[in-house]
Amino acid sequence: MEKRVTFRGWLLPLALIAPQVIISAVFFFYPAGQAIWQSLFIPDPFGLSAQFVGLGNFEFLLNDKFYRASFLTTAVFSILVTLCSMVPALFLAVLADRLIKGSGVYRTLLIWPYAVAPAVAGVLWLFMFNTRVGVVSWYLGQLGYDWNHVLNGGEAMGLVVVASAWGRISYNFLFFFAALQAVPRSVIEAAAIDGAHFWRRFWTIVLPLLSPTTFFLLVVNIVYAFFETFGVIHTITGGGPQQTTTILVYKVFSDGFVGQDLGSSSAQSVILLIVVGLLTVIQFKYIEKRVHY
Amino acid sequence: MKKSLIAGLALSGTILSPIVAYAETEVQFWHAFTGRLGELVKAQVEEFNASQSDYVVVESHKGNYSETLNAGIAAFRAQEQPHILMVFEVGTATMMSAQGAIKPVYEVMADSGAEFDPDAYIGSVKGYYTTTDGDMLSLPFNSSTPVLWVNRDAFEAAGVDPDTDLSTWQKVGETLDALKAGGSECPLVTAWQSWIHLENFSAYHDVPFASKDNGFAGLDTELMLNGEAQVAHLTAMGEWAKDGKFIYTGRRNEGGANFRAGECALFTESSAGYAGIKAEAQFDFDVRPLPYWEGVGNAPQNTIIGGASLWVMEGHDAEEYKGVGAFLSFLSSSDVQASWHQNTGYLPITAAAGEATRLAGFYDENPGTDIAVIQMTAKEPTANSKGLRLGSFDQIRGIIDEELEAIWSGDKTAQEAMDSAKERGDALLRRFESANK
Repeated sequence: MEKRVTFRGWLLPLALIAPQVIISAVFFFYPAGQAIWQSLFIPDPFGLSAQFVGLGNFEFLLNDKFYRASFLTTAVFSILVTLCSMVPALFLAVLADRLIKGSGVYRTLLIWPYAVAPAVAGVLWLFMFNTRVGVVSWYLGQLGYDWNHVLNGGEAMGLVVVASAWGRISYNFLFFFAALQAVPRSVIEAAAIDGAHFWRRFWTIVLPLLSPTTFFLLVVNIVYAFFETFGVIHTITGGGPQQTTTILVYKVFSDGFVGQDLGSSSAQSVILLIVVGLLTVIQFKYIEKRVHY
Repeated sequence: MKKSLIAGLALSGTILSPIVAYAETEVQFWHAFTGRLGELVKAQVEEFNASQSDYVVVESHKGNYSETLNAGIAAFRAQEQPHILMVFEVGTATMMSAQGAIKPVYEVMADSGAEFDPDAYIGSVKGYYTTTDGDMLSLPFNSSTPVLWVNRDAFEAAGVDPDTDLSTWQKVGETLDALKAGGSECPLVTAWQSWIHLENFSAYHDVPFASKDNGFAGLDTELMLNGEAQVAHLTAMGEWAKDGKFIYTGRRNEGGANFRAGECALFTESSAGYAGIKAEAQFDFDVRPLPYWEGVGNAPQNTIIGGASLWVMEGHDAEEYKGVGAFLSFLSSSDVQASWHQNTGYLPITAAAGEATRLAGFYDENPGTDIAVIQMTAKEPTANSKGLRLGSFDQIRGIIDEELEAIWSGDKTAQEAMDSAKERGDALLRRFESANK
C-alpha cells in the first residue's frame, strides 16, 4: 500500500517547488524558447536586423542532402560511442568487483580520465594518432599499416569515437561498479552452490539485476554522444575528411559560432531537441519494459 | 543558452580588461595575435602610448581569428564593443554589411583630423578593404600572400638541382617527378589549400572565382570556381596526390610542421611563414614566386592577400574616435610598417614602408623577402584579382575544404567536386544575401 502525504492548501507546495521551477524556467525553458523563436528568422550576425522566414530555415536544412546525411553520421557515431563506452566499462567493473586487494587504487585510476575535458581529450588522442609525430601511428606504420585519418573517413570516425568514449568509460564504470556491489551476495552464492559457473551467473543473475543501471547509462550516454562531443570533433577532425565526422551538434556549433548563421544554428538546435526527445520517449516506452527494478 | 553565453563572454571581456588611469581617453583594441606576433603588437601599442599623453590604447588578445570576430560580435550585441576590432579577410563581407555596427575608417580619419592619405597604401592590399567608390572601410593591418618555399637540402638529397626553374606548374610537375624518383617521401605539401590553390590561383591566372567581380559588385554573386582553369589545376594536383607527390596534411597550416622539420621539398604557404621557417628550419631554404600554369588565363597576374584588417566599431564618443584616428595613423607610419614587415614577413601596407626597407638593405641581406611584394604589385589588379568579397565565406571555405579532400582521396573528380562546391556555396551566398537585404 502506497503512503500519500497530502498538503492542505496550495501555498506551501508551490513554495517548495518554486526553486526548481524557477531554475528550469530561467536556464532551460527561456533559452529553449529563444532558440525556437530565433529559428524563424535569418538574422545578421550583429543583431541589427532579422528577416522573418517562417519555417524557411527548416526547409533550407531539410533540402540539404549533406544535412540529411549527417543524421546517419550522428546515428553511427552515437551508437559506436555508447557501445565503446559501456561495454569496456562493464568489463572493468566486473573485474574490479572481483578484486579483493587494491581495488581502491584500481578504482581511482579508472576514474581519472573523467576529469579530462572533452576538448583536451581530443588533443591527447590527436597527438597519439597524428600522422606525422603520433606514437600510435608510428607503430602502425612499423606494422605496415599506413594510418591517415586526415583523408580516410573510417579512420577519422574511429578516432573521434574512441576519443569521445574514453572519458565516459570512467563515468559508466562508476555506475556499473556501484550497481555490482549492490547485487546480493547470497543470491550469487546460492547459484554457485547449485553449480552455476561464472558466465551463467553473470548472464542470468547479474546482468538482469544491472538492467536499471544499464538503461540509465544508455539514455545518458546517447544524450552525451548527441550533445557534448563537439569539442572532441572540433579539435580532432573539424568534421572532416569531407563530411565523415560532421555530426548534428557539431554543425550547430560550427554554423552558429564559426559561420555566424544564428538562424540556421537555432533551427538545427530545435531539430536536435526533437530528435533527442523522440529517442528518449522511445527508450522509455520500449526498452524500459525490459528493465527489472 | 546562446544569448546568455554571449552576454557572459562580453561581460568577462570587460571585467578582465586592465584598469588604467582615466585622465586619458582609453581606446580598446582587440586582436588575435599570440606568441611572437602578440609581442610585436604589444610593442607597437606601448610605443604609441609612450609617444603621446592624450590617449591610452589597451590591447587584448581574444583568441584566434574566428574567436576574435565572435567576441567582437557578442560584445556589440551586449553594447560593450571595443573601439578597434581585428577581423580576418574572410570576415570582410560580414563587416561591410554590418552598417550601424561599424564606422568606416575613412570617416574616422576625416572626423579625427589625423593624417591620412589613402593613396599611400599599396593598391592590391587596400583594394580588398575599399568600396567600389574608393572609400577605405578598414585599415589593412597584417597582409600576406602565398609563395613557394623550397628546401634546398631535400633537393640535393633527391639528386635534383635546387636552382632548377620552378616558375610554372609545368616545371614544378617535372621537378616533382624527379624528386619522387630521387626518393623524396614528400615532394610537395601545402597550407591553406582553398586560399592558395583556388582563391589565389584564380586571381593569379586572372580568371573569376565568383561572379560580380568576385562579389565586389553586389551580394547577388555566384561561385565560379568550377571553371576550366581551376579544374585543370586541381586535376593535376589530384594526380600528384595519387602518386604520392603531393602530400595532404590538413585544412589549415599543418603542412608547415612537415616542411620546417625538413621532410618536404616544396611548400606552398603564406609569405608570413617566414618568421617560423627562419626560426626552425635546420636546412638551407629559399623562397620563389608562386608557380602558374604557362598559357592559362593571363598568368601571372597578381596574387591576393590573406590576413586581417582593423575595423572601427560604432557607438563611442567623438573624443575616443580621435584617439582611434591617432593610433591608426601611427600604425600606418612608414617606420612602424617597415619594422613590422621585416620582423614578420607580412607585406608592408604602404609603398613608403617597402621603399624604406629596400633602402635599409633588408632585401639584400634576406634574399627572397621581397618576392611577395613584387608578386602582389607587379601588375595593376583586375576585376578578378582585386580580392574576394563573399558572405559566409568562412563556411564556404569549409565546404571547399571538404570537396578538395574528396579530390585528394580520389572519391571525386575535380569537376564533380567543384560543381558540388559551387552548388553548396551558392546556397549559402543566397542566405547571406537575404539576411543583408
